[in-house]
Amino acid sequence: MGKKMQVSLTVNGEVHEVLAEPRELLIHTLREKLGITGPHIGCETSHCGACTVDMNGRSVKACTVFVAQADGAEITTIEGLGGPDGLHVLQRMFREHHGLQCGYCTPGMITRAHRLLQENPQPTEEEVRFGMAGNLCRCTGYQNIVKAIMAAAAEMNAKEAAE
Amino acid sequence: MNDLTPTREERIANLKGMGTSRKRVEDVRFTQGKGNYVDDIKLQGMLFGDFVRSPYAHARVKSINADAARALPGVVAVLTAADLAPLNLHWMPTLAGDKQMVLADGKVLFQGQEVAFVVATDRYIAADAIELVEVDYEELPVVVDPFAAMEPDAPVLREDLNGIMSGAHGPRRHHNHIFLWETGDKAATEEALGAAEVVAEEMVYYHRTHPCPLETCGCVASMDKVNGKLTVWGTFQAPHVVRTVASLLSGIEEHNIRVVSPDIGGGFGNKVGVYPGYVCSIVASIVTGKPVKWVEDRMDNLMATAFARDYWMKGRISATKEGKITALRCHVTADHGAFDACADPTKFPAGFFHICTGSYDIPVAYVGVDGVYTNKAPGGVAYRCSFRVTEAAYFIERMIEVLAIELGMDAAELRRINFIRKEQFPYQSALGWEYDSGDYHTAWDKALAAVDYKGLREEQAQRIADFKAGRTRKLLGIGLTHFTEIVGAGPVKNCDILGMGMFDSCEIRIHPTGSAIARLGTISQGQGHATTFAQIIASEIGLSADSITVEEGDTDTAPYGLGTYGSRSTPVAGAATALCGRKIRAKAQMIAAWLLEVHEGDLEWDVDRFQVKGAPERFKTMKEIAYAAYNQAIPGIEPGLEAVSYYDPPNMTYPFGAYIAVMEIDVDTGEHEVRQFYALDDCGTRINPMVIEGQVHGGATEGYAIAMGQEIAYDEIGNVKTGTLMDFFLPTAWETPHYTTDHTETPSPHHPIGAKGVGESPNVGSVPAFSNAVHDAFRAFGLRQSHMPHDHWRIWKIARDLGLHG
Amino acid sequence: MIPSAFEYHRPGDLASAIGLLTDHGDEARVIAGGHSLIPMMKLRMAAVGHLVDLQAVAELKGITVEGGRVTIGAMVTQAELIGHEGLARAVPLLREAALQIADPQVRYVGTVGGNVANGDPGNDMPGLMQCLGASFTLVGPGGTREVAARGFYHGLYATERADDEILTRITLPVAAGGYAYEKQKRKIGDYATAAAAVLLTKSGGKVASASIATTNLSDVPVWSEAAAAALVGSDCGAAAVKAAVAAMLGDIDPQKDNRGPIEFKRHVAGVILGRAIARAWARA
Repeated sequence: MGKKMQVSLTVNGEVHEVLAEPRELLIHTLREKLGITGPHIGCETSHCGACTVDMNGRSVKACTVFVAQADGAEITTIEGLGGPDGLHVLQRMFREHHGLQCGYCTPGMITRAHRLLQENPQPTEEEVRFGMAGNLCRCTGYQNIVKAIMAAAAEMNAKEAAE
Repeated sequence: MNDLTPTREERIANLKGMGTSRKRVEDVRFTQGKGNYVDDIKLQGMLFGDFVRSPYAHARVKSINADAARALPGVVAVLTAADLAPLNLHWMPTLAGDKQMVLADGKVLFQGQEVAFVVATDRYIAADAIELVEVDYEELPVVVDPFAAMEPDAPVLREDLNGIMSGAHGPRRHHNHIFLWETGDKAATEEALGAAEVVAEEMVYYHRTHPCPLETCGCVASMDKVNGKLTVWGTFQAPHVVRTVASLLSGIEEHNIRVVSPDIGGGFGNKVGVYPGYVCSIVASIVTGKPVKWVEDRMDNLMATAFARDYWMKGRISATKEGKITALRCHVTADHGAFDACADPTKFPAGFFHICTGSYDIPVAYVGVDGVYTNKAPGGVAYRCSFRVTEAAYFIERMIEVLAIELGMDAAELRRINFIRKEQFPYQSALGWEYDSGDYHTAWDKALAAVDYKGLREEQAQRIADFKAGRTRKLLGIGLTHFTEIVGAGPVKNCDILGMGMFDSCEIRIHPTGSAIARLGTISQGQGHATTFAQIIASEIGLSADSITVEEGDTDTAPYGLGTYGSRSTPVAGAATALCGRKIRAKAQMIAAWLLEVHEGDLEWDVDRFQVKGAPERFKTMKEIAYAAYNQAIPGIEPGLEAVSYYDPPNMTYPFGAYIAVMEIDVDTGEHEVRQFYALDDCGTRINPMVIEGQVHGGATEGYAIAMGQEIAYDEIGNVKTGTLMDFFLPTAWETPHYTTDHTETPSPHHPIGAKGVGESPNVGSVPAFSNAVHDAFRAFGLRQSHMPHDHWRIWKIARDLGLHG
Repeated sequence: MIPSAFEYHRPGDLASAIGLLTDHGDEARVIAGGHSLIPMMKLRMAAVGHLVDLQAVAELKGITVEGGRVTIGAMVTQAELIGHEGLARAVPLLREAALQIADPQVRYVGTVGGNVANGDPGNDMPGLMQCLGASFTLVGPGGTREVAARGFYHGLYATERADDEILTRITLPVAAGGYAYEKQKRKIGDYATAAAAVLLTKSGGKVASASIATTNLSDVPVWSEAAAAALVGSDCGAAAVKAAVAAMLGDIDPQKDNRGPIEFKRHVAGVILGRAIARAWARA
């Protein structure tokens, strides 16, 4: 076992101080130490995106980040997306358009989609497919995921226009 | 009647019953990351177990030294076969009547095989300890080719079977032979083939692949020594069977074992089997007195747990000059790997492969399947298909194409003239099945019209002309498939798993205020059972689906069932659910009669109530009846309103479909683009069209992956070449085609609600559609058969071999 | 997949980073985005005693486009590179190519410096930088030196960089003319089956200058001087392209892997180079 270090993470707005070996993978810190089990482990080689979290404003695969590297980072997970008044529009649209089945990829998928729409609020279907290509789904064939994200974008834009 | 009284239509809509695209109840949790999967389970004092695995495909294990590993702080135990042998747990029975090493007993037989189980306080220490276990191997000659395995001088793989020339499925004719399974009329088939005007012969290979659900396999075993109760949470597609197996293996009485399948992150067949990880976790928990978690990583998953397919299918099909098929013969060399751990009903070592006459009226046929041992991982599960049905569908749909070439006929027309006709159902196939219902011609015509088949063929002809004239380097392939599935295993008289009949079950309890809980013997892995089974109940008993909780997967609470695979949930558990609802309704009718002071026979059921015939204003809703069941003393009727049903299906169900893939192929690079994919499914009565469509999208995407690149490949010394998701092809949103779905609806006559099951049809149907598109693109240039997966270099090689690179 | 234990360092400036490399010798490895290194560590194919994280080293950041020269800090991520409008105008080839690297998540984290420095023949940036005539700045205990990308790669994971040096920035000229990066891969997230970078300038209907490099077709990126020479002075017609392809094929040495056998890779290399030349020519 290696020497442990003190790491500070802000996760979904809450500051956590954890003692961890530097080699600990961020996904394990979140899941095992902080009880944030929304992000999942799928492939462990940064291909599937089930572990996607938002770190300092970027979508990252938490299976390929050492917790030491994340020291000082601001992290948002699926648990941080919904507001006190319920589901985030992306969460609602994934349900509305049947964009999930087993649910295992869904937290990473929605977390990634959230960042995608921050950067590109009016994506084309092709841009959604390209922008979501770091997240694998084994159940849905993606068609309804794409539909859900397009619908979420439309609703978010309509709301913005109304405000 | 005031304005607030709902109309009949509103009452129907309020049920959200069968036929509605009800939004899924599961999704509120899942979209918020509130699923509860195995690796989310965390118990006080829980340990983590992980395997030392063999780097070799075939080697003698001369010694294992775990001293250094045991000395590492945090390591609690290291188990080897020597530790398990006194418990007689170093080997375990497989679902196929063979046995499998839990931990290497003297030798290893495939790369990634479990050699020792390290138990530590966390997964990091376990991983460090694995590095410290010293295993002395002596390499042995490796056999990865099933044909080479059957050579007289091939190395003996299973020394434990030395001299035992009879297995669970009859005689073994070679030391690496497992069984020969035969069905059909061999002599008559040979005679018909011999007398035929046209004969086509081909070897069709369906390569080895893997279900690869996004969540790998794992479990948490917890032995409570105080009350003697063992609880195992795991990625089990069949939790009740796991409990029975665990009891038989451990000697712990079944009532003291609780098996729970929590949320499962996709199964697709990968989670049907019983794996060494489960056994070792249970043993480790018993030994240490602490909960033990085991979760395999992706490489473990791809290397060691349950592959699928690997069938070499040698076919011979004959027809008249006009194209009427006269006979079909198939011999399969089935590569089962090191242990026969196929997940098939006991009496069917080749599953339902003999559905391979497909959608066609073939008068005589014969199938022989030779199972063979090799130095590859065990498994042979039904990867999103009923047992070996996708192999069968691929085989016949390729043979039809080859026959069309032989005849010089259009493959769509050849299918049409050979389809089983609507009036022939129930249809007795030459290989012994009774197809329940179908209307293939209607589906076929609808599909061909939807894609403008004639127009596509014209475009293709023009494309070929352009290609020959040097105006394009892209070819157009039109991939046709008409598949017939056989699902819903199955009748207890001939279908069992380890002796357990393949019935399934449902228990419904109506609560006093008119809501309900239903428990089933199945387990969802993403199919949305909590949503769709509630819809069946809603339609049967007239309570809104929103008021019905569906629970599965806990053997302490759910009735015994055989689980979810082979598209059996809707055909079997769905039937149990409908019949259970009808039992509730029958009792409700008696209660309503008493409440309304009429004779039972004077009542009729209407949507959500019993009403007096001819006086519909006199009625009692199911909600009212439920309350009465608990608060009224009704003479001659027990209080309460609940029922349980176990359903033994009288027959399988036979969903079918017509799929068409249109593909552009780049002759120079081997790249492809799926321009169009049309999927018409007939799964009988449709419970939730939204869920059905989602199943089709997902299954077709798996089929796309399998056909176009996904494989478990080995090098000549048995190293797995495709052990990560870099090389094991799972398409992203970018590569995945867009799908158009369609349907016809031919209910099953023997199923209580006429439903046939759909989850696996799209995998079964899409693989031949994609593959046939590739073949079809090159048909004009002389291609007959080229093995999957059709990745870039293999397509390129087709073009090269046909001389298309100039 | 759990890596071995290591000690972690996060130096705040370049000098400290180099000091750490000097102190710990071959036990130390620098980490940038880590998306090549971390998987290797998780598979226990790379053992690292001291991991030196460069994320806090300010000197390694930023993109400047000035006076016909472009400077890219080693810690610039692929996503930052893609998002930089000035860079996209100055060297559009880079954005076109970077969009074909890995997937969105990996591009957020993966750095240009890491991509060029680790010597993995599957990486796309090395061939690109050779095509663009870039040079790399290496800083070590002995000082600073500039090495041309075209002379940087010696073999599989073997480069001109010494263990105690850090690749700090990449400098390249603004690239005028037509450009293309053509990459064949099995799926998003895959390395190239074959990829080719092409830069061309046109004068009077003829190719005035050309630069051609390939990715993953040898154990190092291959800048094919002969292929470029075959185009210069030509009308970029079929004969010239054929000659360029033939010249390139003389310089590459692809290996068999899951993407296919050698014969296939050589054929595809020729096809995609032809396509890259055609696209670059159309843009020239």
